[in-house]
Amino acid sequence: MKNNGQDRIRNFCIIAHIDHGKSTLADRIIESTGLLTSREMQAQVLDNMDLERERGITIKSQAVRTIYKAKDGNEYIFNLIDTPGHVDFNYEVSRSLAACDGAILVVDAAQGIEAQTLANVYLALDHDLDVFPVINKIDLPSAEPDRVEAEIEDVIGIEAHDAPRISAKLGTGIDEVLEQIVSKIPAPSGDINAPLKALIFDSVYDSYKGAIVFIRVMDGSIKKGTPVKMIATDASFEVVEVGYFGAGVFIPCEELSAGMVGYFTASIKNVSDTRVGDTVTDSENPCDHALPGYKKVLSMVYCGMYPADGAKYPDLRDALEKLKLNDASLNYEPETSIALGFGFRCGFLGLLHLEVVQERLEREYNLDLVTTAPGVIYKVYKTNGEVIELTNPSNLPDPSEIDYMEEPVVKAEIMVTKDYVGPIMELCQERRGRYVSMEYIEASRALINYELPLNEIIYDFFDALKSRSRGYASFDYELKGYERASLVKLDILVNHEEVDALSFIVHADTAYERGRKMCEKLKEEIPRHLFEIPVQAAVGGKIIARETIKAMRKDVLAKCYGGDITRKKKLLEKQKEGKKRMRQIGSVEIPQKAFMSVLKLDDDK
Amino acid sequence: MGLYIHLPFCVRKCNYCDFVSGIYDDGVKKEYVRALLKEIGSLDRKYDTDLSDTEIETVYFGGGTPGSINASFIENIMNTVRDNLRVRDDAEISIEINPGIVDDEKLRIYKANGINRISIGLQSANDDELKLLGRIHTYRDFEECYDMVRNRGFDNVSVDIITALPDQSMEMLDNTLDRLTRKDPEHISAYSLIIEEGTPFYKLYGEGGSKREMLLCEDEERRMYYHTERLLSEYGYERYEISNFAKPGYRSRHNISYWKRIPYIGAGLCAAGLINEVRYKNTDDMGKYIAHSDDLLSIDERIVINREEQMDETVFLGLRMTDGVDIGNFSDRFGVSLKERYKKEIDKLCDQELITIDERILKLTSKGIDYGNYVFSCFYNI
Repeated sequence: MKNNGQDRIRNFCIIAHIDHGKSTLADRIIESTGLLTSREMQAQVLDNMDLERERGITIKSQAVRTIYKAKDGNEYIFNLIDTPGHVDFNYEVSRSLAACDGAILVVDAAQGIEAQTLANVYLALDHDLDVFPVINKIDLPSAEPDRVEAEIEDVIGIEAHDAPRISAKLGTGIDEVLEQIVSKIPAPSGDINAPLKALIFDSVYDSYKGAIVFIRVMDGSIKKGTPVKMIATDASFEVVEVGYFGAGVFIPCEELSAGMVGYFTASIKNVSDTRVGDTVTDSENPCDHALPGYKKVLSMVYCGMYPADGAKYPDLRDALEKLKLNDASLNYEPETSIALGFGFRCGFLGLLHLEVVQERLEREYNLDLVTTAPGVIYKVYKTNGEVIELTNPSNLPDPSEIDYMEEPVVKAEIMVTKDYVGPIMELCQERRGRYVSMEYIEASRALINYELPLNEIIYDFFDALKSRSRGYASFDYELKGYERASLVKLDILVNHEEVDALSFIVHADTAYERGRKMCEKLKEEIPRHLFEIPVQAAVGGKIIARETIKAMRKDVLAKCYGGDITRKKKLLEKQKEGKKRMRQIGSVEIPQKAFMSVLKLDDDK
Repeated sequence: MGLYIHLPFCVRKCNYCDFVSGIYDDGVKKEYVRALLKEIGSLDRKYDTDLSDTEIETVYFGGGTPGSINASFIENIMNTVRDNLRVRDDAEISIEINPGIVDDEKLRIYKANGINRISIGLQSANDDELKLLGRIHTYRDFEECYDMVRNRGFDNVSVDIITALPDQSMEMLDNTLDRLTRKDPEHISAYSLIIEEGTPFYKLYGEGGSKREMLLCEDEERRMYYHTERLLSEYGYERYEISNFAKPGYRSRHNISYWKRIPYIGAGLCAAGLINEVRYKNTDDMGKYIAHSDDLLSIDERIVINREEQMDETVFLGLRMTDGVDIGNFSDRFGVSLKERYKKEIDKLCDQELITIDERILKLTSKGIDYGNYVFSCFYNI
């Protein structure tokens, strides 16, 4: 390329609330700039994990470079950096944004601004990105582009009168978007002659090349042979290859210089050396300070993961090791449960991250898993002055040794139409929320701010929010910090034996309620046995709730003659198969799915 | 060897019935019997075995209601059977009939063709219950039918009843048992009601059914089961299988052969056979059966029973009988010790008091009968 000066580069991302059409617009941009013909294009090129495509969300950051011939006659390099679209991955989002110079804000012409729209816009503005809006889905019968345009101007305060009105799905209005990328997103600035300073915004692991590190070069340049150092981890390497992003392929090039987005490899065997947000510099000619904003990613949610078949423990270990190569935010360490045997305590960014990892383990590694109730990290202040970060409820010290405990609290923003303000506030109150503020962003919609304990929102808060608002509420949160709380460990006893994998930490005020629901749920899940089984919830050895699974009185087929035998055998087989999926606790067999079904204790019942 | 002949014809389909049976016009019946005769004429080819020297010890006409079709069909079938197979002189030959559909002439023809055991479907001696079940007869019709059978000289008569009907009281069951024992049949099959999917009863009493709460609870059902056994034993009936009772010497030889895994031939729509350790099953599609009864296309299923399964089947089918499984026979047949092969299962089930075992016999305890499926599943696919 002759014309690769910085003024012909546009580094940008697309931000949107979930389902407003971010990935579809990305596809259209890639398609219309000629990197791929539409025939070659599989829908949603950027979301290339199966799981991402199915869930319609972006889990890992991705980037792609395309060439656009603008109406001014010049060719521009577009680096489109796709950002994760979920609150679990906020830090990754912030690092991806930091790699961009501008952002396209996609707003659904029917739904208007949602909680994530706002959260993402604020995040983009925090990173000094120039944001221009696009109104998508104008083909919908319920589209109200005029209203949404006004809403963008009133609520967000950015110009929207010339916002392209498009249908990414049908491909209408894309040309205008491309032209605005050129005119509204600033070209990168950066000193090509300064020492190398590049931001790591993601990395993937390749078994031949080692870690492939995704970078945005801020100053200087990087090429094969450059001795590099990661400032935060202090790890040093020699660059083997640099290049940029084709659609799903890595295309090597000579050099990446200030303003460019691309990747490098350096035989890096350990992805933990390539942390998102870290700064890469030349170890022989280092820059004077690191880029701001680096954070070590911390797991927010923990749960136990066990192979359904105990013999598959080594397989689970290998699978986690492999996933970890591509996912630095996944943590795990071995643990043992009396009920479930050998497994791992795994740490995640949030519940979605947990579900994604779980699904990948099951799908890509063909493992059958039993997961325990997800919990957050509690800080336990012991009377002897020691502080424990508790990730497994079973490790809670004896109450006599505990001075007090703290739990993580988040700042939550909920956007909801005014009819549902009442029910949503009620939900937040039930979840021990602390009301902070509420403002009407327009006549019919309110933005409610609450502080909520993280452990109250990790499992079913989102579902409850959706059901109580008939789908109209949207939600975003960030960690605020730790606060002291009155917490207890709730134990479950089945036939008088404690099932360690079912224990969890709850607020003292909700212990009874949760204990009762757990018992009810387990009563449904545990099949009747030949004898009666009490299911009890206990706090500190005191029983607070009980259900009884009645003894089965009869299980026999009245008839079995010549023609029935094959059919009856299938029945016995099913019965036998069911048994294999049970965990034996004392003399009681508990189905594996009981361990997971208790995670979803529907609050509306 | 046994021979089962399926006649899937009914005057009316009962509300609880999920058998392969239905209401067909005379043309179909004729076609069907013609096809059946062809099948019986080509059994050697079907099972790829020379059956001409095999002795048939039992013949069973089941359905549907075999008694509902023209008796000359039965005559034709019996003739063809005798032409193609060696039916022993002392063979047990049974036919299922229902009250209201047989007359003396039919019974005469049955008798003339060697049928020596009549199985009558009564189900209940309470007319309200008969109506609920969708039966076409009353108790009075049954009495007439029963007397006619006796007068024709049949001395081996079985009667079927169903217990634990929706909302049934102990008094109603007692009435049925009382009336039945007064008739003094040689054999009684008493089945606890099963709500089968796809039946009108399922809509009412199945999962989510509008009258599901009318079903008896397990405790009541068991009480009726025990009560039935106690009462029938007072009248000299011995329970020899989970749902079957007989006076001494009158156990159903044909049905026992299923539980003892004695080979049998199945002829007719959806009929099953066990020959040389292969389970055969004919198609349940009437059109297909009629078109292909003399070629192998009428066979829908052919499952080879491997040695392990043969052993497992021997145990769990044998356990249905109160005589239990003969440990000596087992080791003679398989060259494997039953006690060793199933040591773990036997120990566990003995601990749970569901089975008993001595040097000779493995059998269910009374509690074991209640949890039969659980016990059977333990012995299945170990």
